[in-house]
Amino acid sequence: MNPQNKEQAEIKIAVKNLNFFYGDKQALFDNTLDIVANKATAFIGPSGCGKSTHIRCYNRMFNLYKGHRGEGEILFDGQNILNPDVSELELRHRVGMIFQKPTPFPMTVYDNIAYGLKLHGNYSDSELDGRVEKALQDGALWNEVKDSLHKPGTALSGGQQQRLCIARAIAVQPEVILMDEPCSALDPIATSKIEELIDELKKKFTIVIVTHSMQQAARVSDFTAYFYLGKLMEYGDTNAIFTSPQRQETEDYITGRFG
Amino acid sequence: MQHTMKRFDEELIKLKEHVLSMGGLVERAIKNSTKSILEHDEKRALRTIERDHAINAMEVECDDMTRDILVRRQPAAGDLRFVLAVIKVVTDLERMGDLAAGIAQGMIRGAEHPPQDFSNLDAISEKVQRQVHRALDALARGDVDLALVVIEKDDGIDRLYKRMYRELLTYMMEDPRSISASFILSNVAKNLERISAHATNIAEMVIYIEKGHDIRHVDHEAAARMLASDEKDD
Repeated sequence: MNPQNKEQAEIKIAVKNLNFFYGDKQALFDNTLDIVANKATAFIGPSGCGKSTHIRCYNRMFNLYKGHRGEGEILFDGQNILNPDVSELELRHRVGMIFQKPTPFPMTVYDNIAYGLKLHGNYSDSELDGRVEKALQDGALWNEVKDSLHKPGTALSGGQQQRLCIARAIAVQPEVILMDEPCSALDPIATSKIEELIDELKKKFTIVIVTHSMQQAARVSDFTAYFYLGKLMEYGDTNAIFTSPQRQETEDYITGRFG
Repeated sequence: MQHTMKRFDEELIKLKEHVLSMGGLVERAIKNSTKSILEHDEKRALRTIERDHAINAMEVECDDMTRDILVRRQPAAGDLRFVLAVIKVVTDLERMGDLAAGIAQGMIRGAEHPPQDFSNLDAISEKVQRQVHRALDALARGDVDLALVVIEKDDGIDRLYKRMYRELLTYMMEDPRSISASFILSNVAKNLERISAHATNIAEMVIYIEKGHDIRHVDHEAAARMLASDEKDD
């Protein structure tokens, strides 16, 4: 399934017939869609519809668990990343991820950012300082933490911690950022800051966001995909999905007539 | 299908009922205003003008209701289209009420020298009333086919109005004493023609609500193509 006008757009990730299994239980059925570069794509759908399962395939997060397997193709710049030959370290460098609950490492704000950088490259101290500052600025956190870089990251507020995680993800300059319910533990103001940040980040990265908040999907995304029972039901321009969805199932879900 | 939130369903139903009863008042105003002219009934004309306040008040009430729904429910998809359409429909209805009141005012202004010949005012008025009734019916039932009938028939009303206007011109040329009455009559017909145009707007909104297509300012063929290309999976 393709968003409208995708002909003119650069495709960052092309998913073809993705099937996913938790052991014997199939969770995704023949998902086919294209993720457009430098846009925000939102995945919506009721709990258990497969949207998080789907997004977790993009960086092979499922490899952490036994018996979880994906079939089909996820072409990332033409390369099928489901292929075990593709290194996980390399993949997760290119595809960053933000989770529902902020997950700062138990170390200082500075080290939270520097950790990934040290893992992926050799930097002098001054280079490292520069990159940490840049990442915190791009994560819209610099002004709030510049005087407390050596305090524990866990001492920040929830919203700040989440922006720290975003800064940590973008420090290694990924190409895609996956966000799985990034604001569900945050208050409305912290949420707006993250949403504002998403708008900024689109210029450099491709964003895929899973959200339970329909309004959030409407606010931040360019394209929206609706999942139900592991199937991709409808995918298209966000404005079109929220004003005139093509399928009755989508209409029922986004108008709150579900179940 | 019903909303998980029952209260939201009730609010939408209440809003629709409110718009339709506003429409009912407008229908009555159009009927009474032309009747006041045709039957030279000044009392009826005054009553129609008086009742226009009720229509205006209902517009404000509807706006309050739509605003509350937007703030509290953040409607999407079909619900959003309905609420957006109602915002526009009540403006049309309010204008239709004003135009009907204008017709009644025309009766009062011409009361001293009532027209001797009403040309085909009777026929135009009846057709316009039918247009308004169809548009409101289409809104009530979500009937796209009926809405299309309203849009198609608007041209006929335009033609009737123009014909009547030319006829009145010939009266004025024949007998200058008939000028003032003919002038009023021509204004009345113009108001009726405008009312029909507003009914057409409502019909277009019905299509927007039901199908999601904006067919304003496109010709009939283009609108038909848009509707034909529509394949919503049910």
